[in-house]
Amino acid sequence: MALFPRGPAVVENRAPPAEPEAPGGLQGFYLDWSSDREAFKQVPWGKAMMWIFLLSDTFVFSCFLIGYMAVRMTTTEPWPNTSEVFALTLAGHSIPLILIAIMTFVLISSSGTMAMAVNFAYRRARIRTGLLMLATALLGATFVGMQAFEWSKLIGEGVRPWGNPEGAAQFGASFFMITGFHGLHVSIGVVYLSIVALKVLRGHYESSGNYQVVEIAGLYWHFVDLVWVFIFAFFYLW
Amino acid sequence: MAYAEQAERASVHVPGSFLTRYIWSQDHKVIAIQYGLTAIFVGLVGLVLSGLMRMQLGFPGSLEFMDPAAYYQAMTMHGMIMVIYLLTALFLGGFGNYLIPLMVGARDMVFPYLNMLSYWFFLLSVLVLLSSFFVPGGPTGAGWTLYPPQSITRGTPGTDWGIVLMLVSLAIFIVAATMGGLNYVTTVLQARTFGMTLFRMPLTVWGIFMATVLALLAFPALFVSAIMMLCDRLLGTSFFMPAMMSMGQPLDHEGGSPILFQHLFWFFGHPEVYIVALPAFGLVSDLISTHARKNIFGYRMMVWAIVAIGVLSFVVWAHHMYVSGMNPTFGFFFATTTLIIAVPTALKVYNWVLTLWRGDIHLRVPMLFALAFILTFLVGGLTGLFLGNVIVDIPLSDTYFVVAHFHMVMGVAPILVVFGAIYHWFPKVTGRMLNDTVGQLHFWITFLGTYAIYFPMHYLGFLGMPRRYYSFEGYDFIPQSAHDLNAFITVAALIVGVSQLLFLGNLLWSTFRGPPSGPNPWNATSLEWQTPETPPAHGNWGPHLPVVHRWAYDYSVPGLVQDFVPQTLSEQDQAALARRPGSGESGRESDS
Repeated sequence: MALFPRGPAVVENRAPPAEPEAPGGLQGFYLDWSSDREAFKQVPWGKAMMWIFLLSDTFVFSCFLIGYMAVRMTTTEPWPNTSEVFALTLAGHSIPLILIAIMTFVLISSSGTMAMAVNFAYRRARIRTGLLMLATALLGATFVGMQAFEWSKLIGEGVRPWGNPEGAAQFGASFFMITGFHGLHVSIGVVYLSIVALKVLRGHYESSGNYQVVEIAGLYWHFVDLVWVFIFAFFYLW
Repeated sequence: MAYAEQAERASVHVPGSFLTRYIWSQDHKVIAIQYGLTAIFVGLVGLVLSGLMRMQLGFPGSLEFMDPAAYYQAMTMHGMIMVIYLLTALFLGGFGNYLIPLMVGARDMVFPYLNMLSYWFFLLSVLVLLSSFFVPGGPTGAGWTLYPPQSITRGTPGTDWGIVLMLVSLAIFIVAATMGGLNYVTTVLQARTFGMTLFRMPLTVWGIFMATVLALLAFPALFVSAIMMLCDRLLGTSFFMPAMMSMGQPLDHEGGSPILFQHLFWFFGHPEVYIVALPAFGLVSDLISTHARKNIFGYRMMVWAIVAIGVLSFVVWAHHMYVSGMNPTFGFFFATTTLIIAVPTALKVYNWVLTLWRGDIHLRVPMLFALAFILTFLVGGLTGLFLGNVIVDIPLSDTYFVVAHFHMVMGVAPILVVFGAIYHWFPKVTGRMLNDTVGQLHFWITFLGTYAIYFPMHYLGFLGMPRRYYSFEGYDFIPQSAHDLNAFITVAALIVGVSQLLFLGNLLWSTFRGPPSGPNPWNATSLEWQTPETPPAHGNWGPHLPVVHRWAYDYSVPGLVQDFVPQTLSEQDQAALARRPGSGESGRESDS
């Protein structure tokens, strides 16, 4: 006569961390979520929080991109041809999107060095981890530098947030706002990575042997890269 | 490794001086009180503004400084303050901060420093908001929805400074809410105590958890629209500004989309309704269960209803925009989703009522507020069905019917829960009881008073009385009786407003002079009432984290000598509570 149910039974899933024998697949998912203490087993607080933050930040960038698409539809002026606006004249040839291509290459490469850094961090290769993170930060700084060059070039050509000679005023507005906000993310990432890298090099995490902070920083960095891919596709290529 | 590290975390940051203990505190309980007091303070500003507006509506011209501009400024600030800076901050920053770690058995939020920053950013956003009262031109008078183009076009009050400060303040608030929200979500997911499964959490935690998820996903839209509007206002971009004439002059803007702002705003704005409502649902579930001495009816259903409402709240936003000029086909979709969201909501109301059914109801002040919430929410919810249908909404749009609807459903109803919850948890926060007589008085004035205010507004709405009007002089279709009714509403509003002093006085007096409450004055089961000290000390649980053996709703379990079994009691402990056969008093279970 279960008039007063006691709530669901406890799922005994308190395996000590040394022997992770949790079943995978759907059953493991179910067991994790119906267990006590943690919904994501073995996931440190910082990492869980970074994932949730990135989910929230995804919505920020999505809103920016959707806003840009909406004003691109509503504007009455023709949209400038991005292949021409973002072309550089090298050795007498006008090459469309060449700077953007290089920037993209640099940023994607930095994701590669970051992934290597995470790998070495888990092997507790302190020096290599730190150096690879610094390399990542350097590539990121290069990206921001090239973006600054791109901004100054466009500004020199008369592109402003409130108007530009090529066509719709919303082009400049969206460009400066979206790339600016992304560039801000990259810049923050450069500072963040540098701080973590210096702490790694100084041996700050040696005592605990816990290098998860490198992976958490890596999550942020890969996210910033991924966002750039979408900006590249929707703003520059479209 | 990581697991062991965060398993016990015995070494929580220990506060030293007065300054780190009460001002720059990283303790979730102190931060909660800071959040709560700041929100209540700014809420009082909002309350005074509403009184000023009511004076103009009920007795036009009675306040000399109340010109149209001042009226719109008061209206805008009232709306924004109440929705964002009072209710959101109080439910998430106040109740969320206080109750989540205590209810799931954590020592603190997972990142206390971030939590502290969250409060200070919130305070900064409040200061920026309030500073707009003191700048040239005053605060913005654009209406709380801040629709462009009018919000940044000359002629609207506060286009010089007010709107800029408002947008900056919102952006800062969103940063604060994000920092706090990340903490709440991570704490619920990853920092529960032994035996605390997700389906053993009190519904309060579920409500606040889901509301925080909504906040993390909905506030970005407001953040982005605030930045875009700041660009429009300060840089002269044209995101939201079409080509238009203002004061006989063509503006420099062209090609922007005002509808885009409405979409972004309501993509935030509708989940915002549930950011306020879901914590209220959760808190009220616990109040009802505790004071009816009965387990909540359909616990799992209640949880899934919270989750379903949260998910659905992201696909109903354009029901705020039926008259905006968007494609009418959308109206069909959004009306449908709006009516679907009524299903889990109605389910919750039924479950509250069924929890009460044959319960051992104690009509104490928190319970009175909880019951009042059910009634008020029902009224507001039913008028929501009217407004959710396009064909009914269009004639009612922008009338006092809408004002009545949203004040009932997301103004009065959540505020009643706020009061009930404060009366309920005040003994845990301070270790003292609030005065019951004053509480009863406060309840009846507030409850009956709000009905006196908002019930007549439905009627005014049906008469076609438009909202947002400064003055109704010279509109022949409005009968004299409507003006009389407006005067009546104003009197009621002023009485309710002033009667809140009873509540504030009660809070102040009882904090220092109230009778000691003991650790568990309501005989409640959930974890926060089982702390070793009351008010809970730093770290909450003494040397060892509590171990949870059951859900939070073991009230009136048959055959026991007491009518509640705390979550920390095991089956063996419960066996010790069993009533020996023949020991007098036939239990309630015999008739159930």
